[in-house]
Amino acid sequence: MAENSLAANVKPIAAGAHVTAAAFLGDVPLFALGDGTALLLDAGNEKRIVLHPDAAILVAARADKRLITGGDDGRILAMNAGGSVEEIFHTDGAWIDALAGRDDGSIAWSSGREVGARDPQGAIKHFSAPSSVRGLAYTPKGYRLAVAHYNGATLWFPNAAAPPEVFAWKGAHLDVTVSPDGRFLVTSMQENALHGWRIADQQDMRMSGYPAKTRSFSWSGDGHWLATSGAEACIVWSFKDKDGPMKKAPRECGARRARVSRVAFHPKALVIAVGYEDGWILLCRLTDGAEILVRKPQSEAHDPVSTLVWADDGRRLLFGTVEGNAGVLAMP
Amino acid sequence: MAEKIPVTVLTGYLGAGKTTLLNRILSEPHGKKFAVIVNEFGEIGIDNDLVVGADEEIFEMNNGCICCTVRGDLIRIIEGLMKRKGKFDAIIVETTGLADPAPVAQTFFVDADVAAAVRLDAVVTVADAKWLSQCLKDAPEAKNQIAFADVILLNKTDLVGSEELHEVKARIGAINPYAKLHETINCGVPLDAVLGRGAFNLDRILEIEPEFLEAEEYEHDHHDHDGHKHGLKHFHDEEVQSIALTIDGDVDSQKFLPWLNQYVQTEGPSILRAKGIVAFKNEPKRFAFQGVHMILEGDLQRDWKPGEPRRSRIVFIGRKLKEGDIRRGFLACAA
Ligand SMILES: [Zn+2]
Repeated sequence: MAENSLAANVKPIAAGAHVTAAAFLGDVPLFALGDGTALLLDAGNEKRIVLHPDAAILVAARADKRLITGGDDGRILAMNAGGSVEEIFHTDGAWIDALAGRDDGSIAWSSGREVGARDPQGAIKHFSAPSSVRGLAYTPKGYRLAVAHYNGATLWFPNAAAPPEVFAWKGAHLDVTVSPDGRFLVTSMQENALHGWRIADQQDMRMSGYPAKTRSFSWSGDGHWLATSGAEACIVWSFKDKDGPMKKAPRECGARRARVSRVAFHPKALVIAVGYEDGWILLCRLTDGAEILVRKPQSEAHDPVSTLVWADDGRRLLFGTVEGNAGVLAMP
Repeated sequence: MAEKIPVTVLTGYLGAGKTTLLNRILSEPHGKKFAVIVNEFGEIGIDNDLVVGADEEIFEMNNGCICCTVRGDLIRIIEGLMKRKGKFDAIIVETTGLADPAPVAQTFFVDADVAAAVRLDAVVTVADAKWLSQCLKDAPEAKNQIAFADVILLNKTDLVGSEELHEVKARIGAINPYAKLHETINCGVPLDAVLGRGAFNLDRILEIEPEFLEAEEYEHDHHDHDGHKHGLKHFHDEEVQSIALTIDGDVDSQKFLPWLNQYVQTEGPSILRAKGIVAFKNEPKRFAFQGVHMILEGDLQRDWKPGEPRRSRIVFIGRKLKEGDIRRGFLACAA
């Protein structure tokens, strides 16, 4: 177990509601909460902004210098670090189920089967998926959107006439991610497994053996590794070779007697922030398995870490839990 | 961990009065806040509660079995609702008139995240006293909804005569004599008749034991207006039946558990509900189980009380059940 500790470098924050997501807007740390508000740390002072009154923020993502939130009020909002808010889209009587943002300012969302994508110029395109959509991710290059749904995933080109490309695999697909080099498409599934495809030829890859669903994955900065939640250790698959993780055992780090609920690769080093269902957070170095403690709750309770986000420079880490405990780690 | 949030599933054929019951539950002065998962918006007009639209998306599990299905939309909705935990006390799921209750019920046992956050309290079925007999002939869904129910509201009893009422009750009894039956007009029942039933809770099953495994006796003391006692019309439903078996004594757990598991694995598609309380040889505690299709959960519960007869009773409700096989299999487990 971790003997080294960075717990003294953590500034705890009482968020007070389910922490749906966190992000840095420039230097400003920010949390999107289940009570419909956003919590900003402006020069160290907590500032709360009501984004979705009487509603919950179900999903949130960063797009360029704005935080995008989707609520169970059917609205999608974009807020900048100064707290000014723009409504991007709204739908009556439906929830916003998934969101994706990109550094160029592109925003994508889904509500039921309906998917919308807004390019940096503000043009919105729509697409109907074959069934309800659970996950969205932009490909790193090109204006393409990966959409996870029942019985597979689809790559959609919002601004091109090309037909959507379907990646079929039986079962319910939840979250989706595309490798930073754009070679692999990976989904998490209802049945405690990941499914991957090599995008070029749709070669299937099956990554199973999890005791629970994987609801968090994160690529290493070099794009060679995919860290995943869903087991009592962070499971890390190698995507360096052209065959991806096939016929290679995954690496494990941060093994504890608690399930991993959230993972986030450091943007520059082969170090993974690993959050657990009991609220612990460790930093684990992939190369030698060394561990550093970030957070160990005072009492033993079921309070899964629900978000972990590094600053782009890797100097700070934001975290939040389902019971509304949050904080900022400043690296020494 | 905090108490799991109870979920009540409302089923019933079209026009039976589900929406009436739902509005009645929501408008009573109980001080509770509900999250209501509905298929059609519109007729529910309660500002205080959270209303969520569902789309009845059925997911098959990857074992290739036709009965192993869950409601994908419910998994997604409950995940979302948990983000505003503390803002509501209970969940009500209203299904469409044509819905099979099994995928809904199974969702609460199959999905680990859902099972960790909420618990299925009961399946409540609203039936139309005037039209149920006809529906049972024409619509397999109506039969499933009766077979699956923990609580049945036989509604609109003011629209039928006593003969007709007697007949429809006998038809319900032929399919599922284990549900708690209430005769209602405008779904008028006390709330505790439909909420807080604990019908899937093994602990509660034992608390409410006098009802559990005891068939409601529909025919008792039923007098018509001229004072003559009716004889019970015995209906036998060709498709859906219930089978109750008793061993007056212990069973061998080494035989019973493998038999039960094997039976639900092979006959799962035909089993709608299963439940039982069983005495294991040399075991001071009672074993209770309940199941839906192939999904089974069971546990040792409290001690058998002094003087309480150690009996082993099981009940299956299902479609074309092989009674001979069940009887032979169960009786062979006697210790
Ligand atoms: Zn099955």
